[in-house]
Amino acid sequence: MSDVAVMHAGAEPAETPLTPESWGKLGMWLFLAGDAMSFGCLIVGYGILRRASKTWPVPSDVLGINLTALMTLLLIVSSVTMVLALAAVQDGDRAKFRKFMSFTILGGLIFLGLQAYEWTHLIGHTLPEHNLSFSKDLFATTFFVLTGFHGMHVTGGVIYNSCVLAAVSRGRYGAKHVEIAGLYWHFVDLVWILIFTFVYLL
Amino acid sequence: MASATHSTTAYLRIFYILLVLTIVEVSIVYLHLPRILLVVSLVLLAVWKAALVAMHFMHLKFEKKTLALVALSPFILCVFLILMLMPDIFAR
Repeated sequence: MSDVAVMHAGAEPAETPLTPESWGKLGMWLFLAGDAMSFGCLIVGYGILRRASKTWPVPSDVLGINLTALMTLLLIVSSVTMVLALAAVQDGDRAKFRKFMSFTILGGLIFLGLQAYEWTHLIGHTLPEHNLSFSKDLFATTFFVLTGFHGMHVTGGVIYNSCVLAAVSRGRYGAKHVEIAGLYWHFVDLVWILIFTFVYLL
Repeated sequence: MASATHSTTAYLRIFYILLVLTIVEVSIVYLHLPRILLVVSLVLLAVWKAALVAMHFMHLKFEKKTLALVALSPFILCVFLILMLMPDIFAR
């Protein structure tokens, strides 16, 4: 049986999994592909509604771009600390892992805080100033649905990362689990990069 | 393979590129370019940044090629989604 595989020089045998070192990683990739479709539908829906609307405010006039650019950088930094945490746990350095993982979680929490501040400011001040309503204008509705759906992902990521931090500290989880959590966290960062462009900048 | 995926300097290099690209994006908005130029440049920059995150932070560069198909599938489906909705957008 194995001779057959050897005969096809260079070709991989059909049994080799996509992610040989862990099935969980493939599971996370499949989940993320599905999750990307949810975000994709929301972003495409946003584009269609915007194109079909007679009036649409210039997003950079209503939304604070400088604050959001800061939020984007914050998520990118927390992605970097996440890969550094993974590198640390791969090297077997638990203390360094705990430090970088805590930074990652903190980055997510600050992001959520800034988003809460942004939302309250928008609903309370900026939207009424532009004669826009939280519930009646597609501009506002699509904005809150998209950023809200993403914010829920960040919330989930913070909880997920906290659980991984606790489990690694107790020795129940290893580098493999950190890598899978990292995939989710980087995906949340990746989606925010796209939302930042489509919702805030364009 | 493990040594190729975790080098702190390589990660920091990606971070600096992402940082510069983000600054460029925000500057482009303040430049008040013609609409078409703005859209094309910003979308290209966003795709570039997203690709950097997927390739380096999510290690897609070091995975099997077939896994990239899994990662790309939602984008292909989204292109079809846009194509199917085209009549709705332009036939009005």
